[in-house]
Amino acid sequence: MLAARSRLPDLAAVTRVDEVGVAERVARFTSRSIKKESKVEALKMVLSMIDLTTLEGQDTPGKVRQLCQKAMHLHDRRPGLPHVAAVCVYPTLVAVAKRALGDSGIKVASVATAFPSGMAPRRVKIEETKIAVGEGADEIDMVISRGAFLAGDYAAVFDEIAAIKEAAQGAHLKVILETGELGSLDRVRRASVLAMHAGADFIKTSTGKVQPAATLPVTLVMLQAIRDYHAETGRMVGMKPAGGIANAKLAIHYLVMLKETLGNAWMTPDRFRFGASSLANDVLMQIEKQLTGRYQSADYFSRD
Amino acid sequence: MDRPARASALAFEGGWTYSPAPESTEHVRIDERYGLFIGGEFVRPAEGRYFPTLNPATEEPIAEVALATDPDVDRAVRAARAAFEGPWSRMKPIERGKYVYRLARLIQERSRELAVIESLDGGKPIRESRDIDIPLAAAHFFYYAGWADKLEYAFPGRRAAPLGVAGQVIPWNFPLLMLAWKIAPALACGSTVVLKPAETTPLTALKFAEAVQDAGLPPGVVNIVTGAGETGAALVNHPGVDKVAFTGSTEVGKIIQRSLAGTGKRYTLELGGKAANVVFADAAIDQAVEGIVNGIFFNQGHVCCAGSRLLVQESVAEEVIDKLKARMETLIVGDPLDKNTDIGAINSQAQLEKIRSYLEIGLAEGAEMHQSSCPVPERGWWCRPTLFTGVSQSNRIVQEEIFGPVLAIQTFRTEEEGLAKANNTPYGLSGGVWTDKGAKVFRMTRGIRAGVVWANTFNKFDPTAPFGGYKESGMGREGGLHGLDAYLDLDA
Amino acid sequence: MNRPARTPRVPVAKTYKLYIGGAFPRTESGRYIAHRDPAGAVIANVCRASRKDFRNAVVAARNAFGGWAGTSAYLRGQVLYRIAEMLEGRREQFAAELAKEGSSKRRAAAEVDASIDRIIHYAGWSDKYQQVFSAVNPVASPHFNFSVLEPTGVVAILAPEQPALLGFVSNVMPAIVGGNTVVVLASESRPLPAISFAEVLHASDVPPGVVNVLTGRRAELRRELASHMDVNALVVCDGDDADARRELQQEAAENVKRVIERCGTDWRAERAAGPYHIRDTQEIKTTWHPVGI
Repeated sequence: MLAARSRLPDLAAVTRVDEVGVAERVARFTSRSIKKESKVEALKMVLSMIDLTTLEGQDTPGKVRQLCQKAMHLHDRRPGLPHVAAVCVYPTLVAVAKRALGDSGIKVASVATAFPSGMAPRRVKIEETKIAVGEGADEIDMVISRGAFLAGDYAAVFDEIAAIKEAAQGAHLKVILETGELGSLDRVRRASVLAMHAGADFIKTSTGKVQPAATLPVTLVMLQAIRDYHAETGRMVGMKPAGGIANAKLAIHYLVMLKETLGNAWMTPDRFRFGASSLANDVLMQIEKQLTGRYQSADYFSRD
Repeated sequence: MDRPARASALAFEGGWTYSPAPESTEHVRIDERYGLFIGGEFVRPAEGRYFPTLNPATEEPIAEVALATDPDVDRAVRAARAAFEGPWSRMKPIERGKYVYRLARLIQERSRELAVIESLDGGKPIRESRDIDIPLAAAHFFYYAGWADKLEYAFPGRRAAPLGVAGQVIPWNFPLLMLAWKIAPALACGSTVVLKPAETTPLTALKFAEAVQDAGLPPGVVNIVTGAGETGAALVNHPGVDKVAFTGSTEVGKIIQRSLAGTGKRYTLELGGKAANVVFADAAIDQAVEGIVNGIFFNQGHVCCAGSRLLVQESVAEEVIDKLKARMETLIVGDPLDKNTDIGAINSQAQLEKIRSYLEIGLAEGAEMHQSSCPVPERGWWCRPTLFTGVSQSNRIVQEEIFGPVLAIQTFRTEEEGLAKANNTPYGLSGGVWTDKGAKVFRMTRGIRAGVVWANTFNKFDPTAPFGGYKESGMGREGGLHGLDAYLDLDA
Repeated sequence: MNRPARTPRVPVAKTYKLYIGGAFPRTESGRYIAHRDPAGAVIANVCRASRKDFRNAVVAARNAFGGWAGTSAYLRGQVLYRIAEMLEGRREQFAAELAKEGSSKRRAAAEVDASIDRIIHYAGWSDKYQQVFSAVNPVASPHFNFSVLEPTGVVAILAPEQPALLGFVSNVMPAIVGGNTVVVLASESRPLPAISFAEVLHASDVPPGVVNVLTGRRAELRRELASHMDVNALVVCDGDDADARRELQQEAAENVKRVIERCGTDWRAERAAGPYHIRDTQEIKTTWHPVGI
């Protein structure tokens, strides 16, 4: 594990990223043809990696309880399916989710730190994090201060992540880079390195509130940063693409990329998550199709 | 700080693996036996002899192909001459162009069938024949079709006239694509052709002959004669040929150049290479690793412009080699028709033996060999992706073209040293440079003595981009505006 | 005090030597050819260069190549223009030499003028042929792609027998304006203008080794030009029979030398000059680079 306090790394020394080369590598992943057993296995793995998410202003305890039911009972007609990895909600609904999920083994993740903009004083963010953890959150999804990062104030971003890590008191910390606001893959790579050195347990692409959200190229760059950080420190940081992953085929592309970049050790919900609200049903439909040979209708799957 | 975990220590084997995903062969029609395509028809060879073409992934015969001997070659050249003097050179250029467009379209329409046959006959992964070879072949015809009626704009101050009959000999590594490189500009410029595909990969050329029939080209404009080296020699040395175009080894290229001495025939040669891929410490390392992989493992390394020498700056050598080894573990070797295959079959037993002999040479020279751990099928001809470290400039595996998935890795310290090592070869076909610094890109790409230089990319091809070598890698260009030159008489 | 007798001035005869690496050595072989005018009188003892002289010249040309190829087009144009200026100042000397070797005075003068004009012609091409022949290629992928001309390298030239000066200039200028370095075997029957022209080159800011001039027996040396592995291109002008030409091409194949045949050319014609002659000893390099952020 990471030795106590890491220091802000020299981001100028971080390897450069060529956008066209990344796109070419991604094209190789998306041209992989995943069929038959490997497809069913992949689809089940996808389900187990989902952070089932609702992050709307109109969220209510009722909505969250419904979502938790879905998380625990994805499609009970088909036995042998895994449950999702976590339910992801705002801090005010953590307690509701925690109660609803009981001892299902499904984690409760809470966004924090003035999600999604991050535009709040640090002590407010720290307080919010402490509250979410106090309510029972197992995982904290924080956002970085993109403004500070783009202004070149890396130390501020680093210190803030370290402070939230401390406030999270052992809850798993996912650091959202909001790559759609960073503007280049070079900055995605640097932000990844910064976040990992500051203590992130996961790095995460997006809030889902900014377009583009997760993309394959951005995720590849982050996975490569994770690989190099692992080579450097021995610590295995997880990855969470979030937003825009709405169908099974795309999710499988992500798994292919994960497998061929980080290998088997990362092919687990402990190290890879999908942040998604509507992915699960498409995956379920694909599983049914694989097992029954029939193309499915959305009417046969619960929408929550 | 110690490196507790290297990229190459990541586990890729086992776990979730991809099920077989074979490309369907249902829509593919291959005759049991093919004649020679002469004067618009498939005809029996004069001596009535045929030879099998094998599937290198199974060692099974796919079809029988006619063996063309001197009388057949003569017949084909006469047919081409008649077509040249008859309709083809007199046709309005725009009409000629429309025929070439038709060929482009026919290749596109039959692209999947052609891709499957290319992989069956030559062993290359279906992903490559589907996504690269066949689309590029169609694009090449499309590009040159448009030149047919615009030649007066290509050569300022000169009037361009068609050359006559072109005798063309192509290799087995990109069968249909090399055919396109040869035939498309020739036809657009008003020449007629006799083309000999390689003896191990004749089938897509014969399928192309069917397309020529379907396109309604005047008989004799395109003729395809099949056979081995002797057939090629008969074609090259036929007095009725005005221009010879050859792609293949430097060794055979020299023989051809010598045999053409004093004949007054025009010729272009696209020969071997031993390209250096030069990676600097300031490169985008992950993309460079990808470029190295693409540079040497594309098409089993059966690529004349392959980046078969890696020159990596010493300060990042350990990292690059480590990542390269990790990446090699994710390459899938096997059934060329499986959509997930990255590295297919070695084209022939002879080629496999040649590659193996170089592996032995490398080991005997004291180099350290590393191969990926992937399984390979029992039958067929296979070679795992291979790299050699601890090699030096004087080693044969550094100097000689292996034409297989074998990379020789050397290190350098300064830019000048990297450049000097890159250029220390009789070849000059291609080169690669990886650096994030713009000025260095230009300094290096200018300094590398080769006809195609890829900076921060590798093994890219396009019909608009001229391709060809310096020094012993050949002469003349194929592709682009400069590719027209080879098929025109500019003194007219 | 004795007054010396009034005697006619004794002219100083010129020693014609080789031009290798910016120096004027005698042939290492010590051999010479008694060069006679059409009437049979010896004009000069011309060096009969050996194969070793040729090899030395190739070494000089190779050493000069990197630097010369790396000069700016503008500078090469300036140097060529300077050559023309120098030649202009020596018109009479060259006309006289040509006349000595058999040209009529009128033709000799016309040849010198044509040679000067040809050099000016190529001087002007130095920064233009690239623009005429290079290309930006609209590839279908996100790459910037362009093709430019680069010099082939060391070019060996079997100069035409006649016209000795214009033919020499017409073959050397297009090669060097494009950044090549050359080794020229001068006209065997009329070698003097080539050596005198080397003196012009020497005085014209042409770096040592860029142009190397040999005189001697073509039948003895041509095979060496064709077979040398460090020569990248061979320019062959009139002066060999069909068998010899074939042999040259065969020898050239050993290192895939580019063979440029310029037999039957009327060097006085306008068509005998132009950018296509420059292009003959150029390679085309295509460069790719991604376009991205």
